[in-house]
Amino acid sequence: MEIDADLLARIQFAFTVSLHIIFPSFTIGLSAFIATLLVRWRMTGRDHLLRLARFWTKIFAVSFAMGVVSGVVMSYEFGTNWSHFSVVVGNVVGPLIGYEVLTAFFLEATFLGIMLFGWNRVPPGLHVLSAVLVAVGTSLSAFWILAANSWMQTPAGHVIRDGIAYPVDWIAVIFNPSFPYRFAHMFTAAYLTTSLVVLAVGARYLVAGRFPEDAKTMLRMGLGMVAILTPLQMYIGDASGLNTEKHQPEKIAAIEAHWDGNKPGALELFAIPNEKTESNDFSISIPNWSSLLITHSFDGLYPGLKNFPPQDRPPVIPVFFAFRIMVGMGVLMLIVGWVGAWLWARGRLFTTRWYLDLAQYAWPLGFIAVLSGWYVTEIGRQPWVAYGILRTADAASPVAGSAVLTTLVLFVIVYTCVFGIGVYYINRLIEHGPTGAAAKPPEALPSRPLAAAGPAAHEAMEE
Amino acid sequence: MDAITLWLPIVWAALIGTAVALYVILDGFDLGIGILFPFEPDEKRRDTMMNSVAPFWDGNETWLILGGGGLLVAFPLAYAVILPGLYLPIIIMLLGLVFRGVAFEFRWAAKPKHLLWDNAFAVGSIIATFMQGVVLGGYLQGIHVENKAFAGGPLDWLVPFPLFTGLALLVGYALLASTWLIMKTEGSIAESARGWAKLLLPVVLILMAIISIWTPLAFERIADRWFTWPNMLYLSPVPLLTACAAAMCWYGLVAGRDTMPFVCAVAMFLLGYLGLIISNVPYLVPPTLTVWDAAAVPESQIFTLIGVLIMLPIILGYTAFVYWTFRGKVREGEGYH
Repeated sequence: MEIDADLLARIQFAFTVSLHIIFPSFTIGLSAFIATLLVRWRMTGRDHLLRLARFWTKIFAVSFAMGVVSGVVMSYEFGTNWSHFSVVVGNVVGPLIGYEVLTAFFLEATFLGIMLFGWNRVPPGLHVLSAVLVAVGTSLSAFWILAANSWMQTPAGHVIRDGIAYPVDWIAVIFNPSFPYRFAHMFTAAYLTTSLVVLAVGARYLVAGRFPEDAKTMLRMGLGMVAILTPLQMYIGDASGLNTEKHQPEKIAAIEAHWDGNKPGALELFAIPNEKTESNDFSISIPNWSSLLITHSFDGLYPGLKNFPPQDRPPVIPVFFAFRIMVGMGVLMLIVGWVGAWLWARGRLFTTRWYLDLAQYAWPLGFIAVLSGWYVTEIGRQPWVAYGILRTADAASPVAGSAVLTTLVLFVIVYTCVFGIGVYYINRLIEHGPTGAAAKPPEALPSRPLAAAGPAAHEAMEE
Repeated sequence: MDAITLWLPIVWAALIGTAVALYVILDGFDLGIGILFPFEPDEKRRDTMMNSVAPFWDGNETWLILGGGGLLVAFPLAYAVILPGLYLPIIIMLLGLVFRGVAFEFRWAAKPKHLLWDNAFAVGSIIATFMQGVVLGGYLQGIHVENKAFAGGPLDWLVPFPLFTGLALLVGYALLASTWLIMKTEGSIAESARGWAKLLLPVVLILMAIISIWTPLAFERIADRWFTWPNMLYLSPVPLLTACAAAMCWYGLVAGRDTMPFVCAVAMFLLGYLGLIISNVPYLVPPTLTVWDAAAVPESQIFTLIGVLIMLPIILGYTAFVYWTFRGKVREGEGYH
């Protein structure tokens, strides 16, 4: 039996990168949240802020470890599975990843050691600085990887000779046309994702009547961020969409399931796009509203899918639905954020039971939005891996299908077990809450370089 | 060839070589801790063994990413040939690293039901190390290249030489870890570690000798490099210094020194590594692609080189600072003070 190595390599990359992005989406914001707590603690001397920082540091340690190990895999997959990609665009994309390693990975990995184990080894100021440097490292990492990914979406600053991309202008490569929008969009998404988790955990404790002081701080900080960042994120997302329309019109056509570019676009609330008939089945739509969103005019025209030859169109259905899921999550976030803010303004945030009951389940919203957003932009770039330069079908390594199948099966087994158990441990840490060792002042802490999750989990088991 | 296209690839090869050497030493001793885990069943002592590397492992592993990332930056063609060429060993190594990496955190989160993660740490470390050795052996025996692309089969590495280097690396990392434990711990763990190191050191020497005989016999280019006049004279310090380092390591072990065995074991590793480099210069993908054949364009190499020259001293500086912060011995059941 002939095994389709190309398809398997695609599935493998989709699987490993999807499971990887979950962790950075959380840890980018979480490192900043912990650093903020520690800075506030140093400024105010309020001990419950330290207790909260130590509590979230345990969760950070477990999440970060999963992000690191799945990230190491990613850095080698470009070569193992996509060697032709490395040859064709390596001269341009390679250095961006090189800078990510040099400026971000070492910084976060090294100061993580002090952040987790240095509570009693270094002066508090230096410990807080380490937490800040870890947060800076995670942000720099996002900067470079988004630069690389944005270049794959909207390449610039290069020339093609004999089918291989060579850099000409590095500033143009890094700050390629979609980079500012996509970096802002992902960075805000990461902060939103973490804020929703913090908000949900605070609500969960208040509902259960546990740790009221800590829970209120979490709820206020999480909710404040969600209420402000959600509308900001919608604005950035809109700007990013307009940028995409300019540089990757077929992606927008797929998002909108807009087939005929000679007519104004209808806003498809629901439809099953049909690639055979080149139209939408079961369509529920508002005429002309898509044109209004994209061209800011009811009668505005923008390219439809039929404007592009079938072999240059992205798969419509996944892009169409993933976009709607992302926007749906955004709407839910706005409701959570603004209803909460309204209750907060009226002084009823901590006592409105129905709101807290619902808010404690808000934690997955950010993760789902991030994943579906990435599906929109990555599937929407197909059939290209580097837009206009290299097709995904031509990028794979000359590796036997049987070998790719073997590793795919191994990845699914290992990731499902390891990350499933990791999430279980995180939930158990949250269930245990900010108590135990973390509640004591630093002098009384056992001065052990225990992996940060240690003491509290140990106590949890003894209870 | 002008000066830039001549020298840039050499500078980059030296940089990547340094990153790989740092990786082998730094992650070598922390992978070795996992290899030694099965020989130390006591929970408290296992805690201490892990604590001795817990603040460093993540930074140590980053050198692996710099090695791979550096290859993509400076020699995309080599990256695109070596990685598919050693596809299965590399991916299985990465999966081993997944298990042992998360074990550092999961083990504490799982306590007292942490046996699973003790095993994951040991098995993951052993698999990752063995596969690194297989990758090394598969790389040395040569990768089948046609038309500037990998053209071999998925199981080319499944022959005696790479499997042997896999086993050799297991013993080598175990020696590094034993001497690390002598330096970083005290009491019964340090004593056990000294016993392990005394057993491992002679085995490592024998394995190094076998590889030194096997490679020139099997690969003519390596025989030509070492056993022709006057190379033989110029290169003779490498085996002589290795023997010296081994003798001093042994002396350190029997004379009750704490730091000397580790330093000498590191020196042995670096000399062995130097020997392998000498065997393969100027090939980056032996025996077909030289560093110049595989080099990225100078624009790419220069752009990242600027970053390396600025960042590498800073990285080395704060890495040293973290090692200094966690200096001294980890005490059993108690940890750092």
